Amino acid sequence: MSNPTPLLSVRNLKTYFDLDEGQVKAVDGVSFDVQPGQVVGIVGESGCGKSVTIKSVLRIIQPPGRLVEGEILFNPDNGGGQGPIDLAKFDPNSKQMRAIRGKDIALIPQEPMAAFSPVHTIGNQIMEAILLHQPVTKKEARQITIERLREVGVPSPQDRIDAYSWELSGGLRQRAMIAMALACNPKLLIADEPTTAIDVTTQAQILNLLRNLQQQHNTAIIFITHDLGVIAQIADYVVVMYLGRVMETGPVDDIFHAPQHPYTRALLESIPTIQSAPREPLPTIAGSIPHPFNRPPGCPFFPRCPDFIPDTCNAQTPTLQPINQRQSASCFLYHDEAEEN
Amino acid sequence: MTTQTNLLDVKNLKKYYPIKKGFIKKVVGHVRAVDDVSFFIKEGETLGLVGESGCGKTTTARCILRAQKPTGGQILYRTGAGPVVDLAQLPDADIRPLRREMQMVFQDPFASLNPRMNLLDLIGEPLLVNGVRSRKERTERVAELLQLVGLRPEYMQRFPHAFSGGQRQRVVIARALALNPRLVVADEPVSALDVSVQAQVLNLLLELQQRLKLTYLFVAHDLSVVKHITDRVAVMYVGKIAEIAPTQELFYQPKHPYTAALLSAVPVADPRRRTLQMPLQGDVPSPANPPSGCYFHPRCAHAIDRCRTEPPALTEIEPGRFVSCHRARELDLIGVEDISVSPVPTHPIGG
Repeated sequence: MSNPTPLLSVRNLKTYFDLDEGQVKAVDGVSFDVQPGQVVGIVGESGCGKSVTIKSVLRIIQPPGRLVEGEILFNPDNGGGQGPIDLAKFDPNSKQMRAIRGKDIALIPQEPMAAFSPVHTIGNQIMEAILLHQPVTKKEARQITIERLREVGVPSPQDRIDAYSWELSGGLRQRAMIAMALACNPKLLIADEPTTAIDVTTQAQILNLLRNLQQQHNTAIIFITHDLGVIAQIADYVVVMYLGRVMETGPVDDIFHAPQHPYTRALLESIPTIQSAPREPLPTIAGSIPHPFNRPPGCPFFPRCPDFIPDTCNAQTPTLQPINQRQSASCFLYHDEAEEN
Repeated sequence: MTTQTNLLDVKNLKKYYPIKKGFIKKVVGHVRAVDDVSFFIKEGETLGLVGESGCGKTTTARCILRAQKPTGGQILYRTGAGPVVDLAQLPDADIRPLRREMQMVFQDPFASLNPRMNLLDLIGEPLLVNGVRSRKERTERVAELLQLVGLRPEYMQRFPHAFSGGQRQRVVIARALALNPRLVVADEPVSALDVSVQAQVLNLLLELQQRLKLTYLFVAHDLSVVKHITDRVAVMYVGKIAEIAPTQELFYQPKHPYTAALLSAVPVADPRRRTLQMPLQGDVPSPANPPSGCYFHPRCAHAIDRCRTEPPALTEIEPGRFVSCHRARELDLIGVEDISVSPVPTHPIGG
């Protein structure tokens, strides 16, 4: 928020799903910024809306989901030229949106196993993205693809370019996926749980690779995960989400060493870490995540919150506000203002 | 906590799956899912079985429960009545009475509970199968079990869809405990649960172990969870045991290079300790076509010529510490940093 020209600025984003059983407010007023070259980690448990948030940014929400309101200000030129464009105003299938998707903003999807087509070679799939967005010949595109595969650490890329995804191991498939995402030098890379389905030793390789690539190309990354360990290792800035709302934001060091929101604190205490004392009961968060159809009124975390203030937290909804120079939190422990409605 | 008697003594356990090819289904090779695995579990302790996917940890657990018939080896189990039996050789008819002593907690509570049965039927089924015919008796026992795992007995008539993941896993645990088992095999019991709910289930498992004197075989890939709940840990790699050691020793002074690599790959939840600088290269080899010598040598930074040709045997290098590495005695490997001496500072509210 200090930098005047963030690469991406999401403001009060709301994405709802109208189902027969009722309306699910999957994302309900989310705001955050991504600075150029910054790694922003969005962390939260299942159903917190982290995946829906980035799908909204890419405008790939499928019906019955719809973007209700909010601004998605994207600034690929970094201040020069045209200034920020609001992705929320475009039609999801419009020419402008399609020109941005895969070129300026690329996605590494949740399941790399399922994301590649099994009947096309990985090379053809990566070349497709290059040919779509760059004025190059097929031959040149193939060269770029080999170069990209080499960059992400695929051994003998000139042979692997003609391999099918099912011929590759999980780690190599994920590397090929990253090569595809980086094919057009995106300004913003969105990684949606890119290491959830793979083993720890491969996960370490992939995280290391992403961090090195990020430093070489100065690409901004939005990294989505439920694993606090992964966030601590890769992120510069952290957004903590719970039930469609942002609970706390701040630099990674402050989030882990001085968490302010009761949810962030409870979450950090409740995970067994490789360094914690063995065989002692862990502090727990009481109860479980509410069903999206019966979200509690007021602050979504109040039924499980140790610092619950009666008649305040269950009556009004707190807003995300700065609580010190670096962190913001939406909690009545720090401010009194509520959202009107 | 631990007594001297071994509840379970697994010796040279093998489970091979044939690879068949062609019209006549000629056997062209074997997937050595579990290849010469030996370990023991003492009564009342928790043994963790860790490794990456495909290392054979689940197959080992399933062999012990005789959900799979092992290809070779012995599984010596000391029964509640006293005598020691070999589960690997016992005919199916003789296994059945022993099944009530060994129960399993599955990974995914969304898949392991029949959606068309209510909790009374789900938890009561093992009772019914094992001769508790009176509905009243079953109802009483189910109520008792639900209380034991922290659910309200009034929930008995409800169906699984009404419960969250953590609550469902409690139901799965209640069902496993219905017949007063001695050994509980938990296969990744918390990996399908949300972070904020995992702690509740882990605490429950620890509490139940103390109250009911249970012995756990805890299969998991999450080393932080394993460290929290186990007394001893066995690390598996491509169907073989790499190292077995008491949990603390394994984490702080690993003796096998694979254990050390696995530990360094765990992302530490502390941005001031960015540990993933030197990740292990390469991929896990296929158990159908493993490398020569030590299976880990292509990825091992400490490999010597001997490792490429001669497979190491699992040897006890110190009391209670079993390692299968030629260089276990000479290597000085780095484990997890002990940060209990420098605790993370806590900050007051308001910052």
